[in-house]
Amino acid sequence: MYSQNVDTGVDRKSDRASMSPEEAAFQDRVDQDITIEPRDWMPELYRKTLIRQISQHAHSEIVGMLPEGNWITRAPSLRRKLILLAKVQDEAGHGLYLYSAAETLGVDRQELLDALHSGKAKYSSIFNYPTLTWADIGAIGWLVDGAAIMNQIPLCRCSFGPYARAMVRVCKEESFHQRQGFEILLELCRGTEDQKRMAQDAMNRWWWPSLMMFGPADGDSVHTQQSMAWKIKRHTNDELRQRFVDQTVPQAQHLGLTVPDPDLRYNEETGHWDYGEIDWDEFWNVVKGNGPCNRERLRARRQAYEDGAWVREAAQAHAEKRAARRAAA
Amino acid sequence: MKKDWPLWEVFIRSKHGLSHKHVGSIHATDAEMAITNARDVYTRRNEGASIWVVPSASIVSSAPGDKEILFDPSEDKIYRHPTFYEIPSDVENL
Repeated sequence: MYSQNVDTGVDRKSDRASMSPEEAAFQDRVDQDITIEPRDWMPELYRKTLIRQISQHAHSEIVGMLPEGNWITRAPSLRRKLILLAKVQDEAGHGLYLYSAAETLGVDRQELLDALHSGKAKYSSIFNYPTLTWADIGAIGWLVDGAAIMNQIPLCRCSFGPYARAMVRVCKEESFHQRQGFEILLELCRGTEDQKRMAQDAMNRWWWPSLMMFGPADGDSVHTQQSMAWKIKRHTNDELRQRFVDQTVPQAQHLGLTVPDPDLRYNEETGHWDYGEIDWDEFWNVVKGNGPCNRERLRARRQAYEDGAWVREAAQAHAEKRAARRAAA
Repeated sequence: MKKDWPLWEVFIRSKHGLSHKHVGSIHATDAEMAITNARDVYTRRNEGASIWVVPSASIVSSAPGDKEILFDPSEDKIYRHPTFYEIPSDVENL
């Protein structure tokens, strides 16, 4: 999940009494789990919220290629290199499915890219952290993609058809990402002392940013209620975060890694793992553009886009030339 | 702001014998590039046996508001379904 704190344009859920007849009919359809398709009537705020969320999600997939791309040339074996190449290519694919879903809402691809490159649009805070060692590639697959799957599975039942369908494709492919990451860490944890230390170091640096991926705590998430009423969101941030912790702690134990949280303990009463306080100052700082790699990521994206300009122009000129020849023949 | 390349709708035949199914859209300057891009974006896991691409602007669709006019008339014609007919249970192969 690669979208955090998506603005719904309202700070609380709209109540039925204040709805127009169209809005009430729309809400009835959503309540009955009837999928909304691009040409159906929808409230303007629903449309705008979806454009924001789907594009933020798409941008995250695309920017998410950068920290992993950093290790393609330095993967420790040909096998790992092939896997990492395939994974990064998948992320590009996921970005494209999502841009395509956003476009069904009447926005141009170019507008979305411009918003990313100008810094106006957000992407997930997680990709503003650096990948310092090979173990980070394992941690990204296991923790970051694990957290993403937790959020994306409910999105397969999102009220907006094109987004839900894109998520079905993404979820099918994401499972390989998480498993290859776990396997990288498993290999390091079974290796030398230095390799194990490297795995633990990656765990220490990625654990908390992964928990932050689920977005602000429920009490501070002003947009959650409206998004849930529209069934764009199916669970609150804290619900999904808790599920992620419950699922991941036993996996960490299997690897023999320590979760860097002194307050982490199993709660016999609730059957859940209680975890410590998240550093929300760090979260908001990264969201506002001051994380370790925010500037670097945007610079790399803009550079890639500018470097590709001549290719786009040449392809356009080639297509026009061929069309002109066909017309003349 | 430069204009986007034209949008194409992508249809994939997953296995021989099944019909093409809409999977999403892509941007491309021409039909040839649309096929190549669709291959890369929508068939990375052996999903495809054949690809159709159609310029999105060429697709004509029914209006959501016409749903009742178009589809309601078939709703009460239950005699078009085989289960409408009562056949004695001892009659075979019917």
